[in-house]
Amino acid sequence: MPVYLDHAATTPMLPEAVAAYIAALDIVGNPSSIHSQGQNAKRMLEEARERVAESLGCEPIEVVFTSGGTEAVNLAVKGLFWARNFPTGDRVASAGGRIEPSRRRILVPRGEHHATIDTVEWLERYEGAIIDWLPIDSLGRVRLDALAASLEEHDDVALLTLLWANNEVGTVQPVAEAVALASRYGVPVHCDAISAYRHLPIDFAASGLAALSVSAHKIGGPLGIGALILDRSAVVVPLIHGGGQQRDVRSGTQDVPAAISFGVAAQHPVSSFAALRDRLIAGVRESVPSAVLRGEPEASGRLDNNAHFTFPGCEGDSLLFLLDAAKVSVSTGSACRAGIPEASHVLLGMGLSEADARGALRITVGHTTTETDIDAFLRALPEAVARASRAGLNDRDVAARPGSVDA
Amino acid sequence: MKVLAAMSGGVDSAVAAARAVEAGHEVVGVHLALSRMPGTLRTGARGCCTIEDSMDAQRAANIIGIPYYVWDFSERFTLDVVDDFVAEYSAGRTPNPCMRCNERIKFAALLEKALDLGFDAVATGHYASILTDDDGNRELHRAAAWAKDQSYVLGVLTAEQLAHSMFPLGATPSKAEVRAEAAARGFSVATKPDSHDICFIPDGDTRGWLADRVGAEAGVILERDGSVVGSHDGAAAFTVGQRKGLHLGVPSPDGRPRFVLEVRPSSNTVVVGPKEALDLAEVAGSQFSWAGRAPADPYSEFECHVQIRAHADPVPAVAVVRNGELVIRPNVALNGVAPGQTAVVYLGTRVLGQCTIDRTVSAVPAPTR
Repeated sequence: MPVYLDHAATTPMLPEAVAAYIAALDIVGNPSSIHSQGQNAKRMLEEARERVAESLGCEPIEVVFTSGGTEAVNLAVKGLFWARNFPTGDRVASAGGRIEPSRRRILVPRGEHHATIDTVEWLERYEGAIIDWLPIDSLGRVRLDALAASLEEHDDVALLTLLWANNEVGTVQPVAEAVALASRYGVPVHCDAISAYRHLPIDFAASGLAALSVSAHKIGGPLGIGALILDRSAVVVPLIHGGGQQRDVRSGTQDVPAAISFGVAAQHPVSSFAALRDRLIAGVRESVPSAVLRGEPEASGRLDNNAHFTFPGCEGDSLLFLLDAAKVSVSTGSACRAGIPEASHVLLGMGLSEADARGALRITVGHTTTETDIDAFLRALPEAVARASRAGLNDRDVAARPGSVDA
Repeated sequence: MKVLAAMSGGVDSAVAAARAVEAGHEVVGVHLALSRMPGTLRTGARGCCTIEDSMDAQRAANIIGIPYYVWDFSERFTLDVVDDFVAEYSAGRTPNPCMRCNERIKFAALLEKALDLGFDAVATGHYASILTDDDGNRELHRAAAWAKDQSYVLGVLTAEQLAHSMFPLGATPSKAEVRAEAAARGFSVATKPDSHDICFIPDGDTRGWLADRVGAEAGVILERDGSVVGSHDGAAAFTVGQRKGLHLGVPSPDGRPRFVLEVRPSSNTVVVGPKEALDLAEVAGSQFSWAGRAPADPYSEFECHVQIRAHADPVPAVAVVRNGELVIRPNVALNGVAPGQTAVVYLGTRVLGQCTIDRTVSAVPAPTR
């Protein structure tokens, strides 16, 4: 069996979540139907919603199930932006269907996930949004001074969106401080907690957030379901229109089996992966002294499942290939487009050069990880680094053109 | 052997990878990402390197049962192939970007990386053969499928590169056979159209693409005797042999059509003349290489065939290395050869070597005014 150390990409489903999922596939009835079988499906759906709510410290009515984390982020960011700019349908109608947005500005740290980046860039291109990219520090943490300055300077801020913890380098973000600052100016905040969920305590009610996104498959639940936690006073314009399910915010027949399985995963006792992570970090530092730990080095300021290193002079895709050949699955951490790794915008935002950023590996542990797995990775790593470093970066100049080779 | 199969997403490289597996090698499929901004879908038969091509390659690798990765060579490709293409045109030469890609990317950047990561060879879907002579030297030969033969664009390979190259389609008599094999193997790409043109110019409009990138300044069109017969909007847009689009105001003395004979970027002029003036008695280049073993005595004239385009017929010729140039004198005049093109020299089916043409001698001396 290959060693799986890419739990931040997706983690295997918990056995209880699998069992609940399979059992739930036999449920008959649409939860929106009026008959008893429909009501039975609805009851099981709402029990699942309650379990998810409990895991996040929110009310069940605040849980809006989505197709996953990306949809939740899209709904929060676009929905809040539209709601802040087009408060009522009447206003839009009286303006002939189109009015100029008045709160055009969205505050976004540079190190966000692509679900956020691509969403705000879409709003900028098609909906007249202005994006204020907030700098991050060398550890990947959003600069609060920049946030405070932007809030002070502009009176047209629609929303602030930020990660709870960075999904690549694992740095925990100052969410409470950011929300405190934003609330002074009446600016709603959305938090992408997809990588932090079940790794860090989240109390939505106490957080002051307007919205928070989570995903089931990152916590041992199934793929294809996530949730937007939407404060009962927050208003979003929906992305999807139809049957008016879920507060009219997210139409579409609800996926009862996925929700049930999600609920089971959400109730699974939280365990700390810090000891495994620390073994991993210490082991990499010992076996490859040139490796540089990226993100917050303090244990308490870092996701308990995340180790992230750059290996100078190595191409991340070379390392990934060699480790894969040695039956160890890890990630370069950055987004891929058709399998093409880009230099991570998070690392570039942290001030790394493009060359340094290319040699990144993210190694993340989870509920199936053993010390043996970590040791297997650590055994394979030095050879992989040695070979990858020989191969160098893909943009190196390998061969001079055949000149006048005198025969 | 550990073999890296370069998989474009086309039918040829998929079958080549499958054959490498059946030959007993340990094979890994690699798709080269050559653009940072790949298109999503293939458009007709043009271009390559779209996300759809990458997915096609991956599906073929799945069916063959080999690991598959995408490696990003977009920076090197931009520098060595795309920028080179623009620079060559700007300098009045006509480059072959596929050759440059073989020389600098597939059998250089990719091959070097593969060797460093522990592979022994790179396999591609090119139609060409590698044979071994009695002394164990590797030789590059034409493919059995002459109509598809691609030995010309591989003419830049050196002995060192040939030692680590593998062309599993070389002995296949026809492309139809490759397609049939792909269908039998269940590859979705069995009926995928062949790619044409230059992969980084997806709409096929090379002239328009170049116009956006090569500085264009108005200049004059001259006869060989120096008399001005017209004007142009930028010399780099013209190619040797071109007849259309000259818009000459002065009819030629004999009333016959005129052709571009020469492009001179330094003076931004274009030289035209009669068709027969395109005939060349000699081509030569100082940038030459031997594909494998060099001739025993390249400083004495030897008989060979010369080919000056991917799909041109080979012409009998005499070649020699003289004053640091590979000089080739065809027995029949070569027609419409531009500097920057590659002359590949063959001995029978064997590719002997090549040069980038940087000097030509017309078969018809220029008249004096």
